Parts: sequence; structure tokens; C-alpha cells
Amino acid sequence: MKLRELTEVLKADILVENHGPDEDIPLGGAADLMSDVLAFGAAGMALLTGLTNPQVVRTAEMAGINVIVLVRDKNAPPETIELARELEITLIRTSYTMYEACGRLFSAGLPGLGVVKIRNDSW
Amino acid sequence: MTHGDMTVQEITKVQELIYTTRVEDVMATDVIIVDPSMTVADVRALMKEKHISGAPVAENRKIVGIVTMTDIIRAMEEGMLYEPVTTAMTTQVKTVLKDSVVAEVANSLGIKGFSRLPVVDHDGMLVGIVTTGTLIKSLLRQMDRSFQKNEAEKLHTYRASHIFQDIVSDDTSLLLRFVVDDKDFSNAGKASSMIKRALQRLVVNPQIVRRVAVAVYEAEMNLVIHTDVGGEILVDIRKDKLSISAVDHGPGIKDLKQVLQPGYSTAPEWIRDMGFGAGMGLANIKRVSDMMKLISEPGGGTRLDLVFNLDHSQ
Ligand SMILES: Nc1ncnc2c1ncn2[C@@H]1O[C@H](COP(=O)(O)OP(=O)(O)OP(=O)(O)O)[C@@H](O)[C@H]1O
Ligand SMILES: [Mg+2]
Repeated sequence: MKLRELTEVLKADILVENHGPDEDIPLGGAADLMSDVLAFGAAGMALLTGLTNPQVVRTAEMAGINVIVLVRDKNAPPETIELARELEITLIRTSYTMYEACGRLFSAGLPGLGVVKIRNDSW
Repeated sequence: MTHGDMTVQEITKVQELIYTTRVEDVMATDVIIVDPSMTVADVRALMKEKHISGAPVAENRKIVGIVTMTDIIRAMEEGMLYEPVTTAMTTQVKTVLKDSVVAEVANSLGIKGFSRLPVVDHDGMLVGIVTTGTLIKSLLRQMDRSFQKNEAEKLHTYRASHIFQDIVSDDTSLLLRFVVDDKDFSNAGKASSMIKRALQRLVVNPQIVRRVAVAVYEAEMNLVIHTDVGGEILVDIRKDKLSISAVDHGPGIKDLKQVLQPGYSTAPEWIRDMGFGAGMGLANIKRVSDMMKLISEPGGGTRLDLVFNLDHSQ
């Protein structure tokens, strides 16, 4: 899915724009836990999250994520905006809830990671 | 940069720039404004003097029209040289908001054939003007800037990536040390960010860079969140392997087996509200590293040692 379609489907505003509308978004994911992002985040994935603190941007940087979508019309604090600018990450805001934002993107054809497993007995 | 033979990469850069640059960053702010009280003759004289072929007509920065050389010539032909300019101007003015992206302007200027667009703020007040000339000039300037930034990064990468060839010893290693403060969330992650950048400049395989970034960030956040005096991160880079240690002086860990259990966390509520405390950090580190060792004693400190093999065959 192109970034243009993603913002249309979510009726989203772009808060920090570091990628053009033709940027290709290969898959999506949603998490409110940073360790989940680090475990399951894939390079190029669009990350949907209900968190707005700068650590979200930092975590995305580490996971190789370029596009973050803030759900439920949450406003990002200035530190978050600033860090996104500095790290060249695109920050988008939608008024849909996490559930609906994910549902809309998935039915518009943006895939997820499929079945993922973290073994409990890896020790 | 030669403009005759732009490479594919440079063309993509132009496309990217027109979608990421805002109109207010490319507009001219010293706009020549025509006052509605002026006559057609006054405007003709003004255009001649200032070498312009058109200007917005505005009263106290509120746009009432736009007047071009074509309008002036027509007015002269109709013998209206001494009439107020408001009778000759075009009142349907296409304007552009200062925070819209340049792509929007490029469309109006290029395809719809406007030669200038007044720029307004959200109250409709005139704040600047864009013409094809101002647009191209500022895009070229920005391309040059990002080109230079790119070149500088390439140079850093070139220098760093040759360190193991340029400096010869029986065993060369590069040691990086970062101090991490506890509960300092505004700087949390900076060390990891710098480590990631260093490895990129050393041209380490991107897959490995990503694994190291994940591990070192989880380790850094543990220092920020779980220690009472912070700690330090040491990175020892050799040709064939990377050793990382995250060391702190307290409070230590009582039950090592328990904290290694995925999902176990002692993080308080306010930390969980920030998205941490899933109890997955150490599990993630274990998964992405080639070797992990956790040593701790309650009341003493904690030491996390990690090893990543650097595969130079790729
Ligand atoms: N440096 C440390 N000093 C003291 N305790 C630590 C340290 N690092 C980890 N711990 C303990 O180990 C537990 C598990 O750590 P782990 O990183 O796996 O999860 P977390 O930090 O609680 O949550 P997450 O990493 O998912 O955000 C922590 O809750 C904490 O009790
Ligand atoms: Mg942790």
C-alpha cells in the first residue's frame, strides 16, 4: 500500500512528513508495548500505537520503522514531534480507534506479519 | 551537481522534496503589493520599475485581486489608463496556504499555467508569493544541501569502514563508552542511537545492525528504568565480533531465573503507561544476540554481557 492510500483510509493528518505519498508500505502492525515493537517490528512496517511519548519514535528507530500512526486522535507532545523530525520518521494522526484503524487498513489490503511465535522455553 | 544528466537518485530526491517541503519555506516574503487606490498607470510604472509582470492587489494584507501585465495592456487598449486598478484586475485569485506542500503549487504553476501564486495564512492574510523562479531556486538549494549531507555521511562511512585496514596491530579493537542516567527519559535511547550509527558507518551488515540496535536499546532502557544510579554501556568492536556490556551498580537482581522468564516484570504502573514493562526485554535480547550472560547480586550491581558475530563474508 502506498502512504497516500494509508492516510486516505485512515482520514489521517500528517504531523511530521518525511516520506512522500508514493512511499511503499509493505505491512502494518499495532502495539502499545515497546518490547512488542522491538520483537515483532519489521523494517518498513507502519506502526499503529496509542502511545505518544518520544520513546515511541526512539523504539521505531531501533526497529527500522519509518511510519508511525497515532490512533484515537491523540496529540503528540512537542518532544515527540521534534525527535521524529530529527530521525526522519513520518508521524501521522488518525481519529479512528486502534481497533477500527487496524481493521480499515487490513481490509484495504495492508497485510500484517501473519502468525508469530515466541517460544517460552527458549531458555 | 550537473543538471543536464540527473541520475535517477536525484530525480527521486526532487520528487521527495516537493512532497516534504512546505510552501512557506520556498516563498518570497518581500512581496510587491499593489494598493487598491492605485491607477492602472501607477501599476504600469511600478511593474516597470520593479521588473515584475504581475502583483497581488491587497489592502492591509487582505487580498482583493491580482493584476498582471495582460490586464494592464487590456485596460490601456480600452482607454482605462487612469481608472483605479480594481477595475482592471482579476478578482478570482488562486491562493495557496503557507503550510501546504510544494507539490500543490507545482501543480498550479506548471499544469494550470499560473505564473505566480499569493501565499496566505489561515486568516487569509497575504504572507508571501511563489513563482516558478522562486520555486526552482529554493528546490535546487535544498537539493544541494541534502546532497552535501549525503556526501558528508558517505565520507564518514568511508573513513570509519577502513579503520581496521588503516590501523594495523595484532588485535585492533574500537571501544565505545556511554553513560546512561537512571529515570532520564529525555535522553533514553541516545546511546543506542549512536551505537547504531557507528555500526552503520563501519558498514556492518544491516541485519546485524538491526539486531544489535534492538538488544542495546532494551539494555539501555533497563538501565534507565530499573537501576537507581544509572550505569554504562561499553561496546567493543573488533573485525569479527562485537561485545557489548551494560553495567550498573544497583539495586541488583534477586532471582535471575525469574527475570529471564518472558513476561516477568517489576516495572511500576507509570513505566507501564509509557509502553515499557512487558517483561519482554531480556527475552528479546536473548533472541537477537549470539551470546548473552546476565550476572547480578542483590544489593550489588548487574552486568549484562552480549556477543554478536560479525559476518564479513557478506
Ligand atoms: N539492570 C537491572 N537492574 C535491576 N533489575 C533489572 C535490570 N534489568 C532487568 N531487571 C529486572 O528484570 C526484569 C525483566 O526485565 P526485562 O527487560 O525482561 O523486562 P522489563 O524491563 O520489565 O519490561 P520490557 O523490557 O518488556 O519493557 C525487570 O522487570 C527488572 O525487575
Ligand atoms: Mg526491559
